[in-house]
Amino acid sequence: MTTKLMAQGQSPLLGKAGTRSRKQKAFLYGFLFTLPATLGFLLFTAGPMAASLFLSLTDYSIFKDGIRFVGLDNFIRLFTEDELFWKSLKVTFYFVVLKVPATIIVSFAIALLLNMNLKGRALFRTIVYLPSIVPAVATSMIWIWLLNPDLGLVNTVLRWLHLPTGMWLYAENSVIPSIVLTTMWGIGGTVVIFLAGLSGIPNQYYEAIEVDGGGWRHKLFHITIPMVSPTIFFNTIMTIIGSFQVFNEAYILTQGGPNNSSLFYIFYLWRTAFRDTEMGYASALAWVMFVIIMLFTLLIFRTSKSWVYYEGEGRS
Amino acid sequence: MNESLTKRLFGYILLAVISILFLMPFVWMLRSSLMSLSQIFVMPPVWLPSPFKWDNFTRALTELPFDRFFLNTIIIVALGLAGTVVSSTIAAFGFSRIEWKGRNIIFMILLSSMMLPGAVTLIPTFIGWKELGFYDTFYPLIVPAFFGGGMFNIFLLRQFYMTIPRDFDEAAVVDGATYFQIYYRIILPLSRSAVIVISLFTFLGTWNDFFGPLIYLKSAEKYTLALGLQMFQGTYSSQWDLLMAASAAVILPCVLVFLLGQKYFLEGITLTGLKG
Repeated sequence: MTTKLMAQGQSPLLGKAGTRSRKQKAFLYGFLFTLPATLGFLLFTAGPMAASLFLSLTDYSIFKDGIRFVGLDNFIRLFTEDELFWKSLKVTFYFVVLKVPATIIVSFAIALLLNMNLKGRALFRTIVYLPSIVPAVATSMIWIWLLNPDLGLVNTVLRWLHLPTGMWLYAENSVIPSIVLTTMWGIGGTVVIFLAGLSGIPNQYYEAIEVDGGGWRHKLFHITIPMVSPTIFFNTIMTIIGSFQVFNEAYILTQGGPNNSSLFYIFYLWRTAFRDTEMGYASALAWVMFVIIMLFTLLIFRTSKSWVYYEGEGRS
Repeated sequence: MNESLTKRLFGYILLAVISILFLMPFVWMLRSSLMSLSQIFVMPPVWLPSPFKWDNFTRALTELPFDRFFLNTIIIVALGLAGTVVSSTIAAFGFSRIEWKGRNIIFMILLSSMMLPGAVTLIPTFIGWKELGFYDTFYPLIVPAFFGGGMFNIFLLRQFYMTIPRDFDEAAVVDGATYFQIYYRIILPLSRSAVIVISLFTFLGTWNDFFGPLIYLKSAEKYTLALGLQMFQGTYSSQWDLLMAASAAVILPCVLVFLLGQKYFLEGITLTGLKG
């Protein structure tokens, strides 16, 4: 970077004075070109974040006059009195624990299949990716219908196979796995990212294993997985961040029911803020989620050193 | 790789099964959307509608003012798209083609907002729009696009701009071109495919957005398609023929856009995924 900057500064067309004014001009224009984005960051990210932190220490409500500073009361109430907070946390963790490994394993497996040198794989790729572009409302609508206990396709097929049928979205113990199932329909984006990672593995590596007489298992565990570990890392982080923030499914599929068994955290936050209009308290909820997501991201970054392999760096 | 015949056969069978699983919900939706309600309730279920009830679509789309929802969605998508394309290409240019002090630090700070859970900024942003008198208008859904158009897009474009050789700009500087001319005459035309990628993502993101309209729009005549479809479900909860017809109609534009721009989608995902 430094050498590049110097090389630019030493442009033969400009003298020393020219270098300075050119630098100033570059700064001015660089600043101006990026100003809308920087303003956007201040207006829609940094400012609201600061305001949110402040609100979390108040009892602000949009339909109430006045605002009272309550210190850490919201957080104390949250952790000690609010059973729904704990419930929503449990529901969300349960979802994340099911959803993240399922997404990573299934989409990796599909990507491995698509990466085989088979005819028509572009078509298969399109088919797998297509559901991920469907609007969440429509996806939910289709799945409510597919999972309908009496008339839905899923139970019909199970009945036909003489297997036990389920209540799916309508029973407390099956609602979360059912929602995971509906979101698995949209894993196409993750599959495509895996495919990109897989296509970057040089063929010689596999050939070397073949020369040594190693089988597919050897190839998978000693070449494929280490070589795509940066992609696994990326997909894991993105899936975790996304899964903690599930909202649409809770709102459209179940409205948090039955009996709060799908009361996802962000859904609870939305309800607190916009239905109960307790914006101060909801801001406290938001900050707790922020900290949880940051902790998980940090944790994965920390552990990544031991399992993510970057070419040219070696494993440390 | 040269896989053996049995392995290839096995691969085909698995892919066929997976494809059927991924396509089945579409098939079931279309089948239901063209049936009469009485035929939907027939047990065991039949696969082909008879007769094909095409008027399910006209009925579903006129029960609620879907033409209005469609128009609202188009307005929000079009203006959001315009704002995103203009402001994200300009920002990406400033973050990649101009060398200036503080550039990388500012970029990293802005980039960090991509990891931020939206819930943290949601409430104050909402209060802000409401205080300004813009609750129940399209402004909160459109205006942010003009301020950078999202870090994801800036990031993706910047990745692309950095692959364009420097010589182009430097030759232009020698010819006396301004930064804006370099942006407009050189970089923008050269990055057509990247601009298409972000346009497609933005189109789908806005078209499919449910949370934003849900928070900011109150009156039904301002609803977008996503909200309208949800309202439809609330009103006609057991009219599966009409519900599936309305769903299919809302999905159709997305599928068309995807099939037309497929190449760019896959390119775009690859570009972000690898550099992430």
